[in-house]
Amino acid sequence: MNQPELTITPSAVVITPGHEVLMEASPYGVDKKKLGMWIFIVSDACTFGAFLFAYGYMRIGTPVWGTPFGFSSIVNGMVMTAVLLSSSLTMLAAVRASQSRAKASANKWLGVTMFLGTVFAALHLREWFKLIGEGWRLFYNPTGGAPQFGATFFSVTGLHLTHVVTGVIALAIIARGYTQGRYDESHVETAGLYWHFVDLVWMFVFPLMYLMNAH
Amino acid sequence: MEKTFASARRAKTLFWGEIMAETSAHGAAHHAPPQGFISKYILSVDHKVIGIQYTILSLVAAFVGMALSWAMRIHLAWPDVHIPLLGMLAPNGAPGGQMTPEYYLSLMTMHGTIMAFFVLTAAPFAGFGNFMLPIQVGAADMAFPRLNRASFWVTFVGFLLACATFVIPDGPPLSGWTAYAPLSAVGAVAGPGQGWGQNLWGLSVAVFCIASLLGALNFIVTVLDLRTKGMKLSRLPLSTWGWFIDAWVSLLAFAVLLPTCLLLVLDRLGGTSFFIPGGLVFNDQLQPHSGGSPLLFQHLFWFFGHPEVYIIILPAFGIVSHILPTFIRKPLVGGWKVITFSEIGVGTLSFVVWGHHMFVSGMSPYMAMVFSVPTLFITIPSVIAVLVWVFSLYGSNIRFDTPMLFSLGFISLFISGGIGGFFLAQPSTDSYLHATTFVVGHFHFTMGLSAIFATFAGFYYWFSKMFGRMMNEKLGKWHFWLSFVGVYCVFMTMHLTGFAGAVRRYSAFVDDFMIPLIPANRFISVAALLLGATQFVFLYNAIWSFFKGPKAPDNPWGATTLEWDTTSPPPFDNFGGRQMIVHHGPMEYDGEASVMQTSAEASVAGT
Amino acid sequence: MPGKAFAVVVVIITLATAYCVMAHVWWMPADISVHGPRIDHQIEETVLVAGLLFVAGQVVLAAFAFLYGGARDKPKQIPGGAKPLVIFAFAIVGTEILALSSIGSKAWGAVYFEAPDPSAMHIDVQAGQFAYYFRYAGPDGKFGALHPELINEGNQNFFGLDPDRDPDAKDDIITAELAIPVNKPVLLTLHSKDVGHSFDVRELRVQQDFVPGLNIPLHFTATQTGRFEIVCTQLCGLGHYNMKAYLSVLKAADFDEWLKRQAAMQ
Repeated sequence: MNQPELTITPSAVVITPGHEVLMEASPYGVDKKKLGMWIFIVSDACTFGAFLFAYGYMRIGTPVWGTPFGFSSIVNGMVMTAVLLSSSLTMLAAVRASQSRAKASANKWLGVTMFLGTVFAALHLREWFKLIGEGWRLFYNPTGGAPQFGATFFSVTGLHLTHVVTGVIALAIIARGYTQGRYDESHVETAGLYWHFVDLVWMFVFPLMYLMNAH
Repeated sequence: MEKTFASARRAKTLFWGEIMAETSAHGAAHHAPPQGFISKYILSVDHKVIGIQYTILSLVAAFVGMALSWAMRIHLAWPDVHIPLLGMLAPNGAPGGQMTPEYYLSLMTMHGTIMAFFVLTAAPFAGFGNFMLPIQVGAADMAFPRLNRASFWVTFVGFLLACATFVIPDGPPLSGWTAYAPLSAVGAVAGPGQGWGQNLWGLSVAVFCIASLLGALNFIVTVLDLRTKGMKLSRLPLSTWGWFIDAWVSLLAFAVLLPTCLLLVLDRLGGTSFFIPGGLVFNDQLQPHSGGSPLLFQHLFWFFGHPEVYIIILPAFGIVSHILPTFIRKPLVGGWKVITFSEIGVGTLSFVVWGHHMFVSGMSPYMAMVFSVPTLFITIPSVIAVLVWVFSLYGSNIRFDTPMLFSLGFISLFISGGIGGFFLAQPSTDSYLHATTFVVGHFHFTMGLSAIFATFAGFYYWFSKMFGRMMNEKLGKWHFWLSFVGVYCVFMTMHLTGFAGAVRRYSAFVDDFMIPLIPANRFISVAALLLGATQFVFLYNAIWSFFKGPKAPDNPWGATTLEWDTTSPPPFDNFGGRQMIVHHGPMEYDGEASVMQTSAEASVAGT
Repeated sequence: MPGKAFAVVVVIITLATAYCVMAHVWWMPADISVHGPRIDHQIEETVLVAGLLFVAGQVVLAAFAFLYGGARDKPKQIPGGAKPLVIFAFAIVGTEILALSSIGSKAWGAVYFEAPDPSAMHIDVQAGQFAYYFRYAGPDGKFGALHPELINEGNQNFFGLDPDRDPDAKDDIITAELAIPVNKPVLLTLHSKDVGHSFDVRELRVQQDFVPGLNIPLHFTATQTGRFEIVCTQLCGLGHYNMKAYLSVLKAADFDEWLKRQAAMQ
C-alpha cells in the first residue's frame, strides 16, 4: 500500500478490428475447439472407465454371472461393430472433404455417417428389446444368475447409446451450420473427433460386455 | 404474431451471431459489450461477471454451511437447549426447537456437502480463477465463454437442489457427505431423510460434477491456447499454474464421481444392486437386493474423494504462491519451477492414495500397506511446498497487509494439518484414530481452513481489482486475528480429544468415556460460535467496501502480473483494446523495486 | 509489529499443543491387548517424528515472520536456494517415512497378517441398527446357519436362526454383551444385518468395520480383566451415537459361569 502508484504500461499497439491479436502459439498446434474436445474425451473416458471398473469388480466377485448371448446376439453385435467402424470411415471422408472445401461431398458423407449411427442405434435397441422380452431387467436375471448382469449391461451400453444418439444429433447440427456457412471444416473435424471416440469406446464395450458374456 | 417471430429471429441472430464472432482467429473472443441488465449481470458470458457470480454463490453457501455447523455445535454442547429459529425452520427435524438425532446427522451431511462442493471447490477455483485467469494470461475471456456461463448456472442449479433437501418434509439425508452404501442406497427404510432427501442429494452432486467438468475444460484450454504474446508457460503467474494443475485433477476426478452418483441413483430408483448385497434386513423385512458390494462404492467414491481434497487445496497453493512475492518483495525460493513441480507431484500422487480412507473398511489388509506407502510419500512434495513458502520469508522485506497475514496463517494451518496426516497415513496408528475427532480436526485444517485462509487472502488481495474499491485494512486485521486464534481453538482441540478416542459424527455424548470430554466439547462449541461471529466482520467489510470503500488505484500492492496492468475494475475486454506483450516472469521483485510482466524494462530479480 | 505478534501467537499455540500432547491431557486409555503395545509404540514414534516437524515448522515460520518485517536491506535468498530444501524433503522426510512404514507394518501385521490361534474361541458378532448381538456356539461347538428372512426382533430372533429345523442352532447362545476369558485368543466373525457399522474398543486397540455382505474375521487376545465399551464408529443412522455394547474380560472361571448363566436364559 506504500507503493507509488504504477501506471499502466503504455502499449504502442492497439487492437483494431481486423487486426490479428498477437498470441503465444498453442503448444499442441490445434485450435481451441479441437483441444476442448480432446479434454472432454479424456474426462469421458474416465467416466466410462469408472463404469467398466464397476463391471469388472462385480463380475470378478460374482460366482455365477450368467452368459445370455447366443450366436444371433453375437452376430448382431458384430454387425453393429461393422456399422460403427464404417461410420468412422465415412466420418473421416466427411472431414477430408470439408478440408478440401468440397461442401456437397462433406455433407453427403456426414449424412451417411448419421445414417449409419442411426442404424447402429436401431440394432442396439432391437437387441435390448429382445433381452427385455426374455425377462432381463436392470435388477433381474431370468437365468437365475447374478442380477448385476442386467445392471451393468444396460447401464454401460445405455451410456454408450446415449453418446451415439447425441452424436447423431450433433452431426445434424454441424451439417446444417456447415451448409449455411456458419461452421467451417474445424467444426466438422471436432465433431469427427467425438465420433471416433464413441467408436473407440465401443471397441472396449463389445468385447467386455458381449463377447465375454457369450455362451 | 409477426412481432413474436421478429423478436425470436432477432434473438436467434444475436445468439448465433455470437458464435460467428468467436470462430475467427484461433482463440480470441471478439464479442461486443453486452447491453441491458440481464445480459450484463445475469446471463453474462463475461468471465469477470461469472467469477463474481461464483464468488457470491460460494459466500452464500459458506454462510449456510457455517449456520449448519453452529446449530450442530450448539446441540453438541447443550443438547437440551431449544433453538426457536430452528424450530420454526424445521418443525420435523427440530420439534419445539430441540434437534432430533437424525436432524443433527442431516445438518452434518449438508454441512459437509455444501462446504466441500459449493464453497471450497467453487470459491478459490471457479470464483477467483474465472475472474483472474484470462486476465493473467493476457486473454480477453475464457476459451469458451458460453460454456462458462453454462457452468455457473448448472452449479447454481446444483446448489438449489442441495437447498431443496431442507424444504422437503423428510429432510436432508443423514448418510454424511460420503454417503456410504448401503445406508445411502437402500432407500427410505434406512432412516429419515433417506428417501427423497438422498435422491436430491445425488442429483445435486451429479449436476455439480457436470458443471465442474465443463469449468475444468475451459480453464485448461484457456491456459494452453489463449496466452498472449510473450506469456510462455514459464512466465505464467503461480496462481494460474495452481488453477491449471487443479483443472486437470478436477477433470479426472469429477469424471468418476459422476458415474458413482448415477450408480447410486440406479440402486435407489432402478432396483439395481451395485452396492447392496443380499440378506439385508430392515424392520424385519428382507430387502429385495443381492450381489452388490458396499466396498465398490467406497472405492469409486474415494477414487474421486481423495483427489477432491487436492482439488480444494491446489488453488490455495497457487493463490498463496502468487501473493507471497508481492508482500515479501522477492521471488519465491526455487522460482516458479520448484513450487509448480511440487504441485504437479501432489496432484498426480493424489490419484493413487484413495485406499487410506479404507484401512479398516474390510478391504484387504495387504492393500492397506499398498496405499499407505504413496500416502506417506505425498508428504514429500507437500513438504517441499511448505519449505519454499517458509524459507522464502528468509531475508525478505515483509509487508504485513491483510492478504499477507492470511497467507502466513495459511502456512501455519497447513503445517498443522499436514502433521496430523502422519498419524492417519499409517494403518497401524489409523486403526485407533480412524473415525475420531482427530480426523475431523485434520481435514478441517488441511482442506477446510487452509483453503479458506488462502481464499480470504485472495479476496483481500483482489477485491480492489474486482470492484474498484479498497477493503478496510483494520477490519481485515481483526478478521484475521480472531479467525486465526479461533480456528486453532476449535480444531486443534479436536485433534486432542481424538487421541482420547472421541468418536466423530455422534449427535450426543452418552458413552462412559465420552462424558469426561464434554467440557472440551463445550469449549470447542463456544470457540466455533465466536469464530462464526467473526466472519460477519468480513462480510460487513466486504459489503461496506463494495459501496463506500476508497477508490482503488490500478496497482495498490505494487504487484507485477497482468491483472495489475489494467484498470480496477478491468474494462470489458480486460485491457482496453491494448495488445499485451509479456517480457518477464511473474516474480520480478527486489525490495521497493519491481518490474511488471508487460514492462519493457530490464529484470530486477535474479530468479 | 503484526509480524512479531504473529510469531508470538504461533509459538504459544505450538507450545500449548505440544504440552497437551506430551502431558497426555487427553490420551489413549491403557491398552489391554497382546498386540496393543506395538500400536502404542508406533503412535509414540509418530508423535516424536511428527511432533518434531510440527514444532520445527511452526517455530521457523514464526522466527522469519518476527525477523523480516518491514524494509531494511535489499531482500536476499536463502543460501543454496531451493536445493537444500528439496534434498531435506527427500532425504529426511523420506527416511522418516520408510522407517515409520517398515516398523508400522509389523504393528499392522500383528493384527491382520498373522493367522488366528487354532485354539481361539469363536464368537459371532452381528451389528444392526442400533445394537450389537453376540453368538456363542454352545456345547456342540457349531454355529447354526443364518437365515436373514427369519430375523424377527419382536420374537428376539436377532440372528435369523432356525432352531426347530437346524440342530446346530439349538444350543447357540445369544447375548447382548460380549464376554471373553482373559489371556485367551478370541476370534470374532463380524457381519452386519443392515448397513455399515464398526467394532471399536479403544483399550483393545482394535477397530474394524462391519461390511454388509462380508463375514470379517478379527482376532485378538485380551490381557486384563475389566469392563470396556464397544462403540460404533461407522455412521449407521440416527441411533449411531447410542450404539454400543460392553466387553467383559473375565477370569476363566468367571467366564464359564457367565456362559452357563447366559445359556440358561436362552
